[in-house]
Amino acid sequence: MQEKVHVSGGTALSEQDVHSGEIFMTEDSLDCAFAWDTGVAINRYLTELKNGRIIATECRHCNRIMLPPRLFCELCFKPSSGWVYINDTGVVNTFSICHVHWDASRIKEGEKPYLPAVIEIDGASAGMGIMQLLGEVEPEKIKFGMKVKAVWKPENERTGSITDIKYFKPI
Amino acid sequence: MRKVAIVGAGMTKFVRRALETPKELAYEATKTALDSCDLRLEDIDCVAHGSAPDAFDGIHQKGEYLADGCGGWNKPTMRVYVGGGTGVHAIIHGWHHIASGMFDTCLVVCEEKMSSAMPHAQGFFLTIFDAITERSLHPNLLWIFALEMNRYMQRYGYTKEDMALVAVNNKRNGLKNPASQFKDEVTVEDVLNSEIMAYPVSRLDVSPVSDGAAAIVLAAEPVARRLTDKPIWIEGVGWTLDTAYWGTRDLYYPRYLDKAARMAYEMAGIREPAKQINIAEPYDPFGYKALHHMEGLQLSPRGKTVELLRDGHFALDGNLPMCPSGGLLGVGNPIAAAGTMKVCELFWQLRGEAGERQVPGNPRLGVAQAWGDLMQVSSVVVVGN
Amino acid sequence: MSKRVAIVGIGYSGFRTTSADLSYREMIFEAATKCYEDAGGIHPQSIDSFVASAEDFMEGISIADEYVPDQLGAVLKPVQTIAGDSIQGLASAVMQIKTGQQSIVATSAFSKVSNLSHYEHVAAYATDPAYIRPLNEHPYFIAGLEMNRYLYETGTTREQCATVVVKNKYNALANPSAVYGAKITIDDVIGGPLLSAPLGVLDVSGHLDGAIVLLLASEDKARELNDKPIWIKGIGWATDTPNLDSRIEGLGTAVYAKLAAEKAYAMAGITTPGNEIDFAEVDDTFSYKELQHLEALRLCGPGEAGKLLELGCFAATGDLPVNVSGGSLGVGYLHEANGLQRVLELVLQLRGEAGKRQLSGVETGLAFAWRGVPTATGAAVILSNRP
Repeated sequence: MQEKVHVSGGTALSEQDVHSGEIFMTEDSLDCAFAWDTGVAINRYLTELKNGRIIATECRHCNRIMLPPRLFCELCFKPSSGWVYINDTGVVNTFSICHVHWDASRIKEGEKPYLPAVIEIDGASAGMGIMQLLGEVEPEKIKFGMKVKAVWKPENERTGSITDIKYFKPI
Repeated sequence: MRKVAIVGAGMTKFVRRALETPKELAYEATKTALDSCDLRLEDIDCVAHGSAPDAFDGIHQKGEYLADGCGGWNKPTMRVYVGGGTGVHAIIHGWHHIASGMFDTCLVVCEEKMSSAMPHAQGFFLTIFDAITERSLHPNLLWIFALEMNRYMQRYGYTKEDMALVAVNNKRNGLKNPASQFKDEVTVEDVLNSEIMAYPVSRLDVSPVSDGAAAIVLAAEPVARRLTDKPIWIEGVGWTLDTAYWGTRDLYYPRYLDKAARMAYEMAGIREPAKQINIAEPYDPFGYKALHHMEGLQLSPRGKTVELLRDGHFALDGNLPMCPSGGLLGVGNPIAAAGTMKVCELFWQLRGEAGERQVPGNPRLGVAQAWGDLMQVSSVVVVGN
Repeated sequence: MSKRVAIVGIGYSGFRTTSADLSYREMIFEAATKCYEDAGGIHPQSIDSFVASAEDFMEGISIADEYVPDQLGAVLKPVQTIAGDSIQGLASAVMQIKTGQQSIVATSAFSKVSNLSHYEHVAAYATDPAYIRPLNEHPYFIAGLEMNRYLYETGTTREQCATVVVKNKYNALANPSAVYGAKITIDDVIGGPLLSAPLGVLDVSGHLDGAIVLLLASEDKARELNDKPIWIKGIGWATDTPNLDSRIEGLGTAVYAKLAAEKAYAMAGITTPGNEIDFAEVDDTFSYKELQHLEALRLCGPGEAGKLLELGCFAATGDLPVNVSGGSLGVGYLHEANGLQRVLELVLQLRGEAGKRQLSGVETGLAFAWRGVPTATGAAVILSNRP
């Protein structure tokens, strides 16, 4: 029996081909914007961030303090039982030292790397982590389990956004 | 349950930037798959196609745009997506079409053209993050991989060198794959010396941005037996999605994959996957992910996977070859197409048609898996001859 | 066909032009909660699988599938998203049950189009990037082309198209979930501003926010969950070419609707749909689409829809009530959730829960959805309150 072809097509272009002027491209960018309704739970979360506090919701059925707060518990599927203020301190669950910007371009020489981390906030249930940035720390000194505390923007600069917390620093 | 077989497969080369449009890439893969089983489009009842985010191509309703390239003109055509898990999931979706009794033949086509996104496809991953609670931190996709890899390494005391072994293994296999976009072997030193993108992820730990397409033809049992004397049966399928609140999960173990794999094994009647499976194609967009997934697939004890890898257990001639295709690290990663490529590979391997990369010993049972969304989805397909 | 499948739960929320008080997750949670309650108070842990229907650019999220599980109670469950109309999603759920691997499947779709600044730009992004989009036209020019060709081929009149708008907006007045209800005249429609002639602004349905969740079950489970199961008798979907310049037949005629319906009819054992279907909810994204679709669905002869409409055949009191809910022109346009809105109306009517607009003695209904310009994809489903 004749061996069948497995692979066909997929003609590679080089950078040179692209810039040669012989391969035509059409360029366009999407002209639209999104303004997402934050809803009951996240609106309150952002309002409290503006106030310099972190608020969570509680599920009494599952015995969980949930962060980010939510209108309903996704596990037992009941409405949340109420609001709970929690601390602005926590523990580093995992971290990275990132040398590229969001668009994959490399950070410039001398620029500080991004320090994203999953932080388990004190007062929320165990394992309830949020993604945030670390600051005021040498990258090589970041440790698993490190205690950290939020560094807030000055009150007049807060806008009701997760960036109202500048970063978390070691304590 | 109605039996469904894979009867044909085909793919394009995976390349950094393809001359072909998304539609043309889909056509090439589709035509190759149809030719491989001597079928024509008229013989196909329906099309189940897949592609990951529309943002790469900058085409809204990309499934509609792709439809005729996938052979979907004037047919029931439906696009499914579960992010990076799409490539394997589309085969599950195709299985649904036939196993339901509603159709006898189904084309499954997955395509991705990432090079259209300017300046770089990775930038568009910003829009996978929660629009309100995460996106304003300007996260890069690498963050979540790096956070997960770091936690995985810390949990078991693995090193960056351990993780680099995966890229070495998969890229070596990929050199034997005519669809691969790579030409050079890499060493552990090469991986460790490549620049750090987001510690602990270095450049060579990461699969590349690619353009490509892959397709398979599915048929119900009587049709399959008429078409070929070597049908490859879909023995089990499973898929699971975990919570979108990814920060609330412990990242060291993929519990969603654990569940998806058990669902597929139960359907396939597999009790001891590590003993019964002969070939594994775990999803490997990053080196550590292949190991993470081998554990979730119950093919390796948790925390012992590096040891097995170092002992040659997962080599092409080992007890359980891992990513004989070369995987995403060794062939390329046009997201949805890469997952389908893994099932194409199992099809060729189990028929003894994998050429230079053929796994010895007449393998009988293989598993392919893909993973995606916000580190939360897994699709698993078990196939056998 | 091996297994019969029924709809055993319905839930919906929103159905407003804006919904700033709720996030999409919260809106879907409300619909899901109502749906599960409707299905005998089932807990989502007992649901085997979940299917959503969504398009990324409508949500401003890449891989919208990520954010599906929590608000459906589907954490660590089989979940998938169909990039299609929600009747296609429904079809996927039906197929899952028919494989025998799943017994109870939920399917959902929502619209938060109010969060999007320029829907038209997104719609234009669905045209071919290399040789249609650079023309830089409002995407509804395609509807203008289609409408003109349809009127030319069939002799249907501009007034007949306007009559669809008048009928559907009038029907909507009896539907508390419909926000575009109005009592207007044919002259109002024709005298209104033009969009892409012959298509006028009032021929186009208006946007709506809303979420819909349905629960499906195999026959044995269906009877346990709900004493009014509504049976899925047939379902089909089809895609004509997405290339405008290849869609020669498909500009005047809705080929995709014909193919989708034939599949659904064959499955349901229906040979004379005009006699066997009691009422229909048919895509009316644009006024002419309702007439074009009725013909393609064989609910009337080719070129007859306009005349029958004028005779009152498709009115709520007619022989074949069409869009008694108000349709998209009266209820509003829910994008990927359109199909489920039509299915929802079928279920309410077949259960006898449609309130003021309840049709009497209906047993079998058809819902048909189209994916809008520039697509040529449609999906049809036939429901009945008799197994």
